Amino acid sequence: MKLAGFLLLLSGWGIVVATLPLLSSLPMRAGFVLAGLALELMGLGLVVRSNLVPKG
Amino acid sequence: MAAPPSLSETSATLCVVLILLVPLAGVGLALINTGLARSRSAAHVMLASLCVFAVAAIVYVMIGFSWQGAPGRPAHVLVIGGKAWNWIAAEPFFLRGLRLDLSSASLVLLLQMFSVGLAAMTPLGAGAERWKLGASCISTILLAGWTYPLFAHWVWSEGWLSQLGSLYGLGQGFVDVGGASTIQVMGGLSALSIAWILGPRRGKYSSEGGPSAIPAHNVVQVLIGCLFAWAGWLGLNSAGAILFNHCEPSAVVLIAVNTTLSAAASVLTAAIVTKLRFARPDASLAANGWMAGLVVSSAAAAFLKPAAAVLAGAVAGVLVVYAIDILEFRLTIDDPGGAISVHAIGGLWGLLAVALFSDAGGGSRGQWLAQLIGIATLLGLILPLTHGLNWLINLVYPHRVDADGEWQGMDLYELGAGAYPEFVVHSDEFTQH
Repeated sequence: MKLAGFLLLLSGWGIVVATLPLLSSLPMRAGFVLAGLALELMGLGLVVRSNLVPKG
Repeated sequence: MAAPPSLSETSATLCVVLILLVPLAGVGLALINTGLARSRSAAHVMLASLCVFAVAAIVYVMIGFSWQGAPGRPAHVLVIGGKAWNWIAAEPFFLRGLRLDLSSASLVLLLQMFSVGLAAMTPLGAGAERWKLGASCISTILLAGWTYPLFAHWVWSEGWLSQLGSLYGLGQGFVDVGGASTIQVMGGLSALSIAWILGPRRGKYSSEGGPSAIPAHNVVQVLIGCLFAWAGWLGLNSAGAILFNHCEPSAVVLIAVNTTLSAAASVLTAAIVTKLRFARPDASLAANGWMAGLVVSSAAAAFLKPAAAVLAGAVAGVLVVYAIDILEFRLTIDDPGGAISVHAIGGLWGLLAVALFSDAGGGSRGQWLAQLIGIATLLGLILPLTHGLNWLINLVYPHRVDADGEWQGMDLYELGAGAYPEFVVHSDEFTQH
């Protein structure tokens, strides 16, 4: 799960960076940047969950 | 590539004086990290502060500046879609060919030598009481030699993040004069990585219920550290604005006012929130609040009106109190110094506050997007890179001290002498929540 989380983080960043040369309109760029950020946050969530200290 | 920016003699002289204040921020961080740890590891945390600063300074001068460079200096570019992405500097190693004088490049080097030390000291707050001295130095080598210079080049040395405005019409490009992203968020994310790799302190999380409170051993030291940090931040923010945003010397007044107001609003808000929650204001959380206000000012002090600085600081004060709570209770991340909440979360808020409250980029939606792209780069690239490097170190040289060492305390175990030899050594009672 941890590895998947980090891969999602990297993928999200890849989407964010790819919007710059591939898209020209501001709303489209904004949409894809936000999508990339959302993917990163999902990845961060997975990493955080995988690092939780188990109870008991 | 543009010609190197020239500084007037007045600006350059003022810049030197301001940069020489920056080590006080390191003094402050060292005192805060030491005070928030237990007495059994106090000398170790302080020595680690000195050692990582030393390692960072030497490695940065040997290698780091070669990757970071300075505005107008040689760099490598990638052509993507017809646009030149400046991604890394092309300076020689060991500062060969760089004349150390009052030139812009020299002053950038001096400021960065201190700044990378601050970024390297930040994770000590999260790793206190269980992070081996040697491992912290090895981690610092990679931070100062690679990760920090790479990102700092993108932000401060005409790298692609700072050029988002001219390349893609996104406001002024990613804006951060005082190092909220390069120093604070990077340090905070490094702290997060270390906290994950080390795991919590022994006895922090038990099977019975919530985390045990492990109080700071010297809150007075922590609060004095806040005052030292304030002086250092005044220098950091002002020097960064002159060097990276080409501000006139007169702008220092606004920056100093905003830096102070942000910290002031943050500490008061943190104290009020803790009083409302716990019936008494909490000194160590209030100190973290003060620091969060300084961190927020790193991004925004050059651009905000004073009223906006107060508001940004106030939000930081609330954020840091709840962030510390959530990290400790819900996410089981043991961070004795509050490094992650103060530096990572405070820094991210500061970067957003630039877009929200300032006129940078004409307050445009493009500026918002540029700030978000910078934040995405920090979370999506710098965090995995930092964690990956720390994980690799851990395979070869484990970061965490063994159980005996942690019980004895890092002072006795790694240094052979306690910080307070005249006092009775600790007991193991913790207050249960």
